[in-house]
Amino acid sequence: MTTHLRAAFVSLGLLTILTGVLYPLAVTGVAQLLLPRQANGSLIVKHGGPSDQPAGSALIGQPFDDPKYFWGRPSATGPFPYNAAASSGSNLGPTNDALTTAVKDRIAALKAADPDNTAPVPVDLVTASGSGLDPHISPAAADYQVRRVARARGLNEEAIRRLVEQQTEGRQFGFLGEPRVNVLLLNLALDAAR
Amino acid sequence: MAHAKKHRLFDPTIIRQAVIESFKKLNPVHQLRNPVMFVVYVGSLLTTLLFAQALVGHGEAPAGFILQIALWLWFTVLFANFAEAMAEGRGKAQADALRKSRRELTAKKLPQPKYGLNFTLVAGGLLKKGDVVLVQTGDTIPADGDVIEGVASVDESAITGESAPVIRESGDRSAVTGGTRVISDWLVVRITTDPGETFLDRMISLVEGAKRQKTPNEIALNILLAALTVIFLLATVTLLPYSLYSVAAVKLGAPVTVTVLVALLVCLIPTTIGGLLSAIGIAGMDRMVQANVIAMSGRAVEAAGDVDVLLLDKTGTITLGNRQATEFIPAQGVSFDRLGDAAQLASLSDETPEGRSIVVLAKERYQLRERHIHELGATFIPFSAQTRMSGVNLDGRQIRKGAAEAIEAFVKERGGQFPPDVRAAVETVAKQGGTPLVVAEGVNVLGVIYLKDIIKGGIKERFAELRRMGIKTVMITGDNPLTAAAVAAESGVDDFLAQATPEAKLALIRKLQAGGRLVAMTGDGTNDAPALAQADVAVAMNTGTQAAKEAGNLVDLDSNPTKLIEVVSIGKQLLMTRGALTTFSIANDVAKYFAIIPAAFVTTYPALAVLNIMGLATPESAVLSAVIFNALVILALVPLALRGIRYLPIGAASLLKRHLWIYGVGGIIVPFVGIKLIDLLLVALHLA
Amino acid sequence: MTTNGWLQISFYLVALLALAKPLGGYMARVYEGQPIWLDRLLGSVERAIYRLCGIREQNEMGWKEYGMATLLFSAAGFLFLYALQRLQGYLPLNPAGFGAVPPELAFNTATSFVTNTNWQAYGGETTMSYLTQMLGLTVQNFVSAATGMAVLVALIRGLARKSAETIGNFWVDLVRTTLYILLPLSVIFSLVLVSQGMVQTFSDYQKVKLLQPVSYDQPVSDASGQPVLDEKGQPKTEKVTVTEQVLALGPAASQVAIKQLGTNGGGFFNVNSAHPFENPTPFSNFLELLAILLIPAALCYTFGKMVGDTRQGWAILAAMTIVLVVFVWGAYWAESAGNPLIAKMGVDQTLSNVQPGGNMEGKEVRFGLANSVLWASATTAASNGSVNSMHDSYTPLGGLVPLFLMQFGEVIFGGVGSGLYGMLVFAIIAVFVAGLMVGRTPEYLGKKIEAYEMKMASLLILIMPIIVLGLTAVASVTATGRASIFNPGPHGFSEILYAYSSMGNNNGSAFAGFGANTPFYNLTGGVAMLVARFWWIIPTLALAGSLARKKAVPAGLGTLPTHTPLFIVLLIGTVVLVGALTFIPALALGPIVEQIVMIQGVHP
Repeated sequence: MTTHLRAAFVSLGLLTILTGVLYPLAVTGVAQLLLPRQANGSLIVKHGGPSDQPAGSALIGQPFDDPKYFWGRPSATGPFPYNAAASSGSNLGPTNDALTTAVKDRIAALKAADPDNTAPVPVDLVTASGSGLDPHISPAAADYQVRRVARARGLNEEAIRRLVEQQTEGRQFGFLGEPRVNVLLLNLALDAAR
Repeated sequence: MAHAKKHRLFDPTIIRQAVIESFKKLNPVHQLRNPVMFVVYVGSLLTTLLFAQALVGHGEAPAGFILQIALWLWFTVLFANFAEAMAEGRGKAQADALRKSRRELTAKKLPQPKYGLNFTLVAGGLLKKGDVVLVQTGDTIPADGDVIEGVASVDESAITGESAPVIRESGDRSAVTGGTRVISDWLVVRITTDPGETFLDRMISLVEGAKRQKTPNEIALNILLAALTVIFLLATVTLLPYSLYSVAAVKLGAPVTVTVLVALLVCLIPTTIGGLLSAIGIAGMDRMVQANVIAMSGRAVEAAGDVDVLLLDKTGTITLGNRQATEFIPAQGVSFDRLGDAAQLASLSDETPEGRSIVVLAKERYQLRERHIHELGATFIPFSAQTRMSGVNLDGRQIRKGAAEAIEAFVKERGGQFPPDVRAAVETVAKQGGTPLVVAEGVNVLGVIYLKDIIKGGIKERFAELRRMGIKTVMITGDNPLTAAAVAAESGVDDFLAQATPEAKLALIRKLQAGGRLVAMTGDGTNDAPALAQADVAVAMNTGTQAAKEAGNLVDLDSNPTKLIEVVSIGKQLLMTRGALTTFSIANDVAKYFAIIPAAFVTTYPALAVLNIMGLATPESAVLSAVIFNALVILALVPLALRGIRYLPIGAASLLKRHLWIYGVGGIIVPFVGIKLIDLLLVALHLA
Repeated sequence: MTTNGWLQISFYLVALLALAKPLGGYMARVYEGQPIWLDRLLGSVERAIYRLCGIREQNEMGWKEYGMATLLFSAAGFLFLYALQRLQGYLPLNPAGFGAVPPELAFNTATSFVTNTNWQAYGGETTMSYLTQMLGLTVQNFVSAATGMAVLVALIRGLARKSAETIGNFWVDLVRTTLYILLPLSVIFSLVLVSQGMVQTFSDYQKVKLLQPVSYDQPVSDASGQPVLDEKGQPKTEKVTVTEQVLALGPAASQVAIKQLGTNGGGFFNVNSAHPFENPTPFSNFLELLAILLIPAALCYTFGKMVGDTRQGWAILAAMTIVLVVFVWGAYWAESAGNPLIAKMGVDQTLSNVQPGGNMEGKEVRFGLANSVLWASATTAASNGSVNSMHDSYTPLGGLVPLFLMQFGEVIFGGVGSGLYGMLVFAIIAVFVAGLMVGRTPEYLGKKIEAYEMKMASLLILIMPIIVLGLTAVASVTATGRASIFNPGPHGFSEILYAYSSMGNNNGSAFAGFGANTPFYNLTGGVAMLVARFWWIIPTLALAGSLARKKAVPAGLGTLPTHTPLFIVLLIGTVVLVGALTFIPALALGPIVEQIVMIQGVHP
């Protein structure tokens, strides 16, 4: 019994040092050495810009509701959308009235910004993402917004569409995941093209 | 007990008694022994109370509905009782027949174990172990014992059902059973049991099932069934709070009633197997009895199904008891006639079956006339363990027959030689599975008599069947390895133990068991007792010694060594019936859910009506149909439980596949049909 | 459902099954003490640990001693973790200055991590100091997984050994598992995950500029924190404009690797692997998914190897895989069908090459439907509990899949170690009934299954329904229990059922809208997790001890083969039937009725 008691506490202590201290430190060390960009949040650093503050992370979405920008997925983070310090989904159930109401409102907002658009709304544009930080929308959701953005920016649709195509990522290795458009990168590209 | 076989599956007298017994078994003490049925019992009581409450006017559901549920729950309990009573009834009928032979007897007690002393008359029931009694013509043997003096013919039909009397004497046929009757001559018997513990007593209690203890496998199954019952109890009980939540959440309908929950519970718990489990066990013992095998414990019956290796005595089991002479092989330069003549002369007084067969062979094959030894004035030399020869001395001729070594010694002693061609012939015969007997006259070796083992008809097929059952057969013989190998090959046995001694037998069993095998064997002699005690399934012959019977866990009243095969089948049947009905019972639940779940919650969630795939008329009829089906299926399966599922030697995998289809898939489908039909009937009869 | 979706699912399964053999064989060598190349690197560390702990490597234990060591180690872990949480305010590495974790929450969390559940009632970045996270939570991610694997190996030894009194040495199994299996795999996985963009840093949260500043209405509170009401009685709000985004960072990769490999599932960020930093790309998603089932699958092969018949392991793995595929199909179908209530509003839910389609509420675009449902199924088939999409927002049938998979008792892959020992218990039950049906006292791998084994197996299958159904019943009728419900109607019932199914099976995933951090759920859930874990471990070890003592019956024609398709069907049937019969009534009142209601469009 006493031998086991000793073994229990001493082994816990030793394994704690091994897995709780040495392991994360070693991984951090190697990651910072070999993969510093990824390990630190894939930040978008504007070269030559006035501020040294990064323009966001290539992996984290940002909120947009200005018609001249492409809008991303609805975000359920609080207290404001795309709060990257407090990720959250909506957790609304499929038959919850709050869900149908929210979707109804989002459709209305899209229609208000682009009244002539009669195309069916791509589902990812009106449903909240799981993380509340989803940086992507589907190509269909981008396409749905091309006309609105073009009009708001006074550019022709083709130019916008070309930009969207440039920013469209295919499936990884040709088959993993879904084709997608990074909204922040697309909007940065839009601003850069101006 | 032969008349026991005559009981049909549904003898009206047995049924009548079983019906009465079913009600007697409503005693809660009895019900407590079976956890599954006890739950039904409590459910019946509860619904009865709810019915009473409804009558007073505060019912949770219409009184008529509660009444019907309560009635069918009671029927469920009664049907299970009935199944058990039926199984017991069949045993009782046999026990009654046995009991008739156990009238109060008067025993002739002897002061000393010696014939001829004056006896005192005492009541048979007072005899103790170690007492010595005299039994004379017409007397009934008062208790089990061993013959220590005398030879008598005994009528054992009360025990075995066999009308032909058997000989009992001291030695290997010394065991006598209380309740049997001496027909001729007398016996001095030492009593080997105390009052109330005789073989007959034990048989009666065994077949009656009075002292029936749950067998290991039955206990294991009971544990599983109890666990399932608890799970279902929980799944059902918690439905009440779930229902309360649902009603509060959607503000519609009423919470599920206790009556419906009880109905659901009874439908879900494995009542089919739970209700029939003890009947299956009793019926298994019963089938043993009908095969004229008495199981000393239920454990032995179960173990029989597991046997991997069968040890079988060659003589009497694989071969006919007697070897027969089939050929004379003369030595070089000796004529057939001379050999035949000598062989015949040597055997004239030999009354053993082998000896007779030599005379017959000489007469039929070689047209040698039978002579009478007394007319010839010959002296017969009988077989003795020392010489291992027999023969005659006639007109100065010394004719001997015997094992090769014995004859060799005989001729060499007289300055003769053992010719090599005879030695070769001896070996050939042995290799072919025969027993060579060498015949010599004086210094001359005349030739060899080929004594052949006669393999019993159909034995090869039985071994093949055993092999398909996954059971290995081992032949036990005192023969030399050559002979044994030949007989083994001819009979199709898997393996053999030659030159077997009791120690070798015991060692073989231990070796097999150490390898994880379950060993069955038969035996009769006292020297078999250690091996019988060691074997997992030991069938003692009823003709055998008391020691052998004590060591065995099954006693074969017919003393038929091939009975083991039947015993194994019965053991397997017992387990299969349990397994199949368990599967069936659980598989049934699928349909019952489809009947009851929508019915129970449709007032709260009308959408659940979609799950009523059977299209049952009303929620009440749905619940009632499921409960009625559940009750009736017990009754419908009583014959199967009593008869057992037929065992097919087709290998474990095929057997499982077959049973999964019948009892698994069948068990899912049948209740859908059954419940729907009952529902239609209920509607037609305006019962729901 | 799309062809590409099924291609991804198939690719995943192929990769998983292909890795089972090499990793499984390696683990068998680890447990049988055979030489492995890591010996040269870590052998001295291993021996040093034994020396310091006073462990004699060669001393084998009987089941009782093994069980006592297991319990003592877990108790030590529990006490340490509880103390760490309660005392974190006085301890270093607490930059945010968090105070003591409240007792019920500390109890729940300590239980959760020691039992390999990783149910998170707390918010990580708002409750736990770095020290607690590192020394407490991360360590338990390793050692609770290793404990499960050790118990499994003890059971395997029980099946493999003949007439033996001992089933191994717990300390050796624990140390070797951690050192030679979990640590090396975690290092490899974490570095590959970083290459995909997973963060791994100890630096502060990063502030970035928002391209488009966003404004929102914030409720005004008074000095005491009470909301200020306007004249209409509504809470008063003020407009706030945000121009910056704060990116939460941290050493995520090292924790995510072990959270997946050890079927722990406790996320680094609140939304777990839906968070782009915790699961940046489809490839990282693939790797994390692979890590969920990798060890449970490979352990099947280890099992086959150690009992001397790899077909036995493949049969179990096949049974697990088949159930998983069927359930993935179910979830994929349900989620692809989408939400008819939303479809009615002119929303396009078609699955195509230009949009993921289906029910996208709570899902990420980069994963789409196939990867989301595959994850939901894998994480609940295994008792992992990490998520890459929000189960609460699944269609009712889609949500039934993870719920039901947990309710099978976490034996379809299950937790590392615990899943397979659970599955072996079901195999014993299956063999028992099947053995009867072929007319033989049942045996598994040559070991006769008798009353004692059935007693232990029954104890095991009994307890989970008791805690899950029982606690759900209590919670669903008490005001305290109902107060945590987020979604109304039958879905609210599903939330309670999901919470207890998750804790009662040591899974850890949740219908996350559910407000689990209340004293009631912390305490009842903590008890559920403890019982689910240790009620299983002790009888399992008893079973191991009893099986080890038995002689082995050589297989013959009458023996039921346990490596054939027939046995696979039988095993699946047993697991599914027991699970279904236990939980169908409850499921009928939750997801099933909700699905019918949703399809019928009874709701608005």
